Amino acid sequence: MAEADIGATRAAAIPADRRTRARQAHIWLALLLLAVSTASLAVGASGASLWAALGKMATGEELSAMERVVLFDIRLPRLALGILVGASLAVSGAVMQGLFRNPLADPGLVGVGAGAGLGAITAIVLGGFLPVMLIDVIGNWMVPVAAFFGGWASTLILYRVSTRRGRTSVATMLLAGIALGALAGAVSGILVYRADDQQLRDLTFWGLGSLAGASWEKVMIAGPMILLALAASLFLGRGLNGLALGEATAHHLGIDVQRLKNGAILMVAAATGAAVAVSGGIGFVGIVVPHLLRLATGPDHTTLLLNSALLGASLLLLADVISRVIIAPAELPIGIVTAVIGSPVFLWILLRRRGMVDL
Amino acid sequence: MTLQARGITVRLGRTEVLHGIDFVAQPGEVTAIVGPNGSGKTTLMRALTGEVSYGGTVEIDGLDIARVKGWELAARRAVLPQATVLAFPFTVVEVVRMGLMTGVHGDDPTLPSRALAEVGLAGYESRFFQELSGGEQQRAHLARVLVQVWKPVAKDGPRWLLLDEPVSSLDIAHQLEVMELVARYAARGGGVVAVMHDLNLTALHAHRIALMKDGRLRAFGPPGEVMTDGILSEVYGCRLRVSAAPEGLPPFVLPHTAALA
Repeated sequence: MAEADIGATRAAAIPADRRTRARQAHIWLALLLLAVSTASLAVGASGASLWAALGKMATGEELSAMERVVLFDIRLPRLALGILVGASLAVSGAVMQGLFRNPLADPGLVGVGAGAGLGAITAIVLGGFLPVMLIDVIGNWMVPVAAFFGGWASTLILYRVSTRRGRTSVATMLLAGIALGALAGAVSGILVYRADDQQLRDLTFWGLGSLAGASWEKVMIAGPMILLALAASLFLGRGLNGLALGEATAHHLGIDVQRLKNGAILMVAAATGAAVAVSGGIGFVGIVVPHLLRLATGPDHTTLLLNSALLGASLLLLADVISRVIIAPAELPIGIVTAVIGSPVFLWILLRRRGMVDL
Repeated sequence: MTLQARGITVRLGRTEVLHGIDFVAQPGEVTAIVGPNGSGKTTLMRALTGEVSYGGTVEIDGLDIARVKGWELAARRAVLPQATVLAFPFTVVEVVRMGLMTGVHGDDPTLPSRALAEVGLAGYESRFFQELSGGEQQRAHLARVLVQVWKPVAKDGPRWLLLDEPVSSLDIAHQLEVMELVARYAARGGGVVAVMHDLNLTALHAHRIALMKDGRLRAFGPPGEVMTDGILSEVYGCRLRVSAAPEGLPPFVLPHTAALA
């Protein structure tokens, strides 16, 4: 009896395993996403009411044309795009941080974001020189497609530079990313000089990031790629945990390190490229979300990645709702809102954990 | 069923640091690799674990380690590196649990705590790994390694522990505790290869000593054969006298002998 008691105290002394908490967080964060999604559908510049529309649908009454357009063609695609982009930014951040074994690593850091930005700016500034016929065909797709290819190209160049004989050097990749980012920024700067006033406005808006241009078209462009990347990321969790012990030890644990790295790089390129393409450069989600989750439930990537997707989507939708109502009927670029929410949180994390070895 | 290396050469940059080493370790024994600083002990260990590219072959129980899949190798042998980094604030039990990744022992929830108790860290489960002292971290990693190959013998042969200086940052009590733990693992049929620094601790627990000098094996055999005045003095470049311990205990070396000479 006495021994059983000792056993019980011991078990209680180990605070509820963080794994359990992290798994419960899946449910809480899913509920949060549901709540924020509802808010995102309900709030907007127009007077259309979600509740009135739902009431009509329940009684089989016809929706007004205004309600149909606002809910199904404006708010719903915007909700879908917000979820896709938020999830992909947060998960790309978490995967990149796991890959670099550094909590401050982010796709923005290794030039993927800058490359995508260069693509978009090129399209905005030089797009006017394209034959009118071609512009008619690509139209709205031009900027997102160019941004997407820019992101891909920079990832591929980065990969070629930092991989020798099938091995990626993390240090080389980081440094090459900084160089690529600087180069992409410089070229972008030259292009900005050639821009006219209207283009400059577009550039500013795009650079800060926004979900304002959301449409089913954009959801269709970004959706498949982002969903595929997110699904793939769920298989990286265990490997990224092992990688936290260094590449050699990860190998000794039976992880195919090179395959893991390839997978992580491709996942990040696809998710970031697609997200930046449709929403511009939205900062801080990729760094803040994984950080907060690590504080709350620990760094275990097998649960961190899914939780990041859920919280990232919620955070971006929340920021979008704020951006829509704060200076209504005008809209603030969402990147400003995420920066205002994100940078103090980020600084607070840095200050709080300054003494710790790993931040 | 052995861990066998034939004609191992390793180049670091343009210099060849290992010059054709033949090495064999038997299950049921502790095989120690010793030698002066820079003699190639750790490099040999890294070749045995496949961490550096090498010429020659390394086989574990007849499997060429360059040809088998990583997870297959991980199911047969666990490796304790000399120094390990850890990114992110994992707890001790989370680190130890990583040893279960191979899936050999499933996700037996009791194993990590049992392994921690084995290395003298019972109750440390929820401490942050980075807040442990160096010696505690080393023992926590040993627990992780133990969990990976928990049973010293499985159906398809022995399991192997490859340890690079497992006691380097431990106090004397924990040095003895860890060496006894490792010796028990061998006694139960597992194979242990350890890079060691302390000659006396090595003599006490190793069945066989591989003594290295300048990238070559200078001597390879039981402690009594390898630890002689002549061999040790030559390899370490100072006059050492080996003393006989009473009652069939292995020989020992005191630094005093060099100081007196």
